[in-house]
Formats: sequence, C-alpha cells, structure tokens
Amino acid sequence: MVEFSGWAMPLQYPTGINEEHLAVRQSVGLFDVSHMGELSIRGPEVVDFLRFVALNDAGRLRPGRAQYSMLPNERGGLVDDVYVYRLADTEYLMVCNAGNREAVVSHLTRLASDYDCVVVDESEDVALMALQGPGSAVLLERLGDTDLTGLRKNGLLDLELFGQEVRIARTGYTGEDGFEIFVASTSADAVWRGLVTAGAFPCGLGARDTLRLEAGFALFGFELTGDTNPLCTPFKWVVKDKPFYGRERLWAASCPRRLVGLKLTQRGVARHGYRLYQGQQEIGEVSSGTISPVTREGIAMAWIERQFATPGQAISVEIRGQKIPATIVDLPFIEG
Amino acid sequence: MDFPEDLKYNRSHEWAREDDGLVTIGISDYAQDQLGDVVFVELPAAGRKVAASEAVAVVESVKTASDIYSPADGEIVEVNTALESNPELLNEAPYGDGWMFKLRPSAPEALADMLDAAGYRAAIEEDS
Repeated sequence: MVEFSGWAMPLQYPTGINEEHLAVRQSVGLFDVSHMGELSIRGPEVVDFLRFVALNDAGRLRPGRAQYSMLPNERGGLVDDVYVYRLADTEYLMVCNAGNREAVVSHLTRLASDYDCVVVDESEDVALMALQGPGSAVLLERLGDTDLTGLRKNGLLDLELFGQEVRIARTGYTGEDGFEIFVASTSADAVWRGLVTAGAFPCGLGARDTLRLEAGFALFGFELTGDTNPLCTPFKWVVKDKPFYGRERLWAASCPRRLVGLKLTQRGVARHGYRLYQGQQEIGEVSSGTISPVTREGIAMAWIERQFATPGQAISVEIRGQKIPATIVDLPFIEG
Repeated sequence: MDFPEDLKYNRSHEWAREDDGLVTIGISDYAQDQLGDVVFVELPAAGRKVAASEAVAVVESVKTASDIYSPADGEIVEVNTALESNPELLNEAPYGDGWMFKLRPSAPEALADMLDAAGYRAAIEEDS
C-alpha cells in the first residue's frame, strides 16, 4: 500500500504488476480509482462556462456522451487534465486528478462566479472503479443483464449491478475496451466484491501506470504540469479554436520542446528525469518510462527539443552514466 | 519467506555462497518480494576488479532501480547472462537460476562479516 494524494492505495495486489497488466490486455482487470475527484457542474449557463474553462468543447457533447479535456491556467499551462461527461442539457460531471482536486475546485468556483452555474465537489460520496480489458463488455452484460453493443466509446449508461444503482461510461486509461463505473461510496464494496468474484482481476496503481504508458496517455505531474502548453504535446487535438481562459498566452507560446514517445533499442529502463542526448549535446528529459510488459522493450515519454521530435530520429538516454540508444516513435506504443 | 541456512546474507539483501574459492551472489527472497516484478538486470563485466560494498550490478523492477553490492574485494569471474533475457528469474528462483554473478575473493574468509540466515531474518524484522 502507498499513500497517494491522501488516499491509501495498493501499488499492486499479490500477483504483481506484470500479471495485472497482462490481465487487462488479455481478459479483464478491475481498478479502484475512487481517489479521482468527481465534480458536479450544473446550471443554465453551464455550457458557456465549460467552453470557457476547458480546452475541449463541452458544448459539442450530447447528453450521455463524454470527452477528454484540459483546464488551462492563466499562464498558458494547465490546472489539470480531466474527463467531462454530459449527464443532461444543463448538468455535467467532471473527473479530475486526486492531487489537483482542491486546486481544480477553487479555480472553477472562482471562475463560475461570472456564470449562472455551480461547481459541487461530490468526490467523498462517489466511488469510481475501472473495469478494463477485452472481456469487460461480456462480463458487464452478463452481470448487468443488459446489451452494451449500442454503448459506444465515450457513451454513458445507468445500470443496476449487484442490486446497486451505478452509472457506467465506456472510457478508461488503459488503451483497452472498458468501462468506468460510478457508484455511491456506500455501494462500492458490494460492486467491487461482485466484480472480483465474477472474475475481474484486481489491479493496482503500478499496472495503471504501465498500461497508460503503453497506451500513450499522459499523467499529470509527469507529462503535464502547470507549465505545459498542450499545443506542444500529442494531445493538442483537445484544444479547440474558441475563446477560453488564458487563451492569449497558450495560443502565442512557441514549443522549444515537444512531448514524444521513445523506444530504447537495447534493454533498459528510462525513468522520470533521465536526460536525452544527441552526441554530447543534452536535448531533453524523460517524463515517464518503464519496460513494456507486452513487448518487453524499454518505452518512455519524453520532452525533447523540437528539431529532434520526429519519429525515427535516433538519440540516446543517459542511464546511470551510460548513453543507451533510443528512437523517437509515434504514440501509442501498442494498439488497443 | 525462505532464507536457506547454507547461505550468508548482507543487510543490503544480497546472499552469497562460497564453493571451491568462488563466491556466488544473488538477491534474497525478501529483496525480490520488496522489489516486485524485475524487468531488467544490469550485470558487471567478467574480469572486473571490485571492492567490498562497491555497487556492481543494478536490478530494475517496475517500481524502482536498486544497486547490488559486492560482499568482498575480488574479481568478477562469471555473470548469469540468462538474466538479460529472463530477468524474472530473480523473482522465480532468487537462490537458484536467479543467481547474479560469481566472484573470486582476493582474500580468504571473505564472507566472515556477513550474517547467517537467523541474523538476516532478525535484521529484516528490525527494519520493518
């Protein structure tokens, strides 16, 4: 168990990170991600508000649909990356990172004073689980006595599971098909036990990290920070051309470094903070890295000077004083 | 957890076994359990002269990278190259196929300062 943003969380269950990782890639894994923050944002002007405070366009979502988004700060960086779910015409749910929850709530509450809408932190009352892997739909259809073929990626559905009211979204952080399950905190235990008993493999924070890395997803605090301009990342598609908070700074910034994928051409682990080189010249830094449990290659995401940020470019990573050869690659590292 | 009686141990969680003047070194069952899944092992070159307590190898798990220290002065005479393609041997058989390297100590009684199994077990309990 480890302490994570004030929550006691398992880094791994007894079988270990690799088995958990492979369970998600090959069958079904289950994560308790109740540490994530859940904010209800609602009111007559909620669409205008969200279009201003978030980079993606929440106005384009129909009720029952969700999108990845980011919250810009005033200096061209980010407050957090989030998932935004439209529950009804004037009601949204936002899921933010545990470590940023207080900052997000105070930031949004401050900006909401100009709009007819409210931001309510419901994190303590809502538990969140992620059922991920190619077998998750079949498992959930059986347990929920429902047909999920019509529920597309990023779709939402209310369901009864083990006698509990739950809301599921076809979303996740692993690159596999899967569902995130919102449930009242008081019902969480019944749902977790039911899913594990039905065959879902319990997975911890360690596998969550290796899975999201293989899938090429960012982790706030590593790939993304308060100073990250999303236009310099592979996630620039999130930024829609509309008025938003801090737009002038974000839009004007150049990208001296870009965020890229990296594959080591010999075995090794490129960890957070390790430096990148072209010959003797330092050209960047690893944001996070691991050995892919699927391909068994060293993979990483890294910030690198713009002129080297081209797939196929050969560079090296300094690991304990040695320069290990690596290649810039497109994300993701594996196709879900 | 298993700590064979015929091995010597260090507080930094290496084990050592002396046979015919050669010392075989690996990591303990406790160490592999604490590290979790081992994904990469960096081994010293055969022929390298090393000093006692010198970091000579690195074990990387998903969680972290850990230095492995030589228990004695001497020369590396053989390394377990099977670990390069199968680092998980360290988890599966830390005292068997997961051995790391063999050392020819430069002086006799090289392992005299190491702990026996009972002493190592006590040291772990003290730390945890």
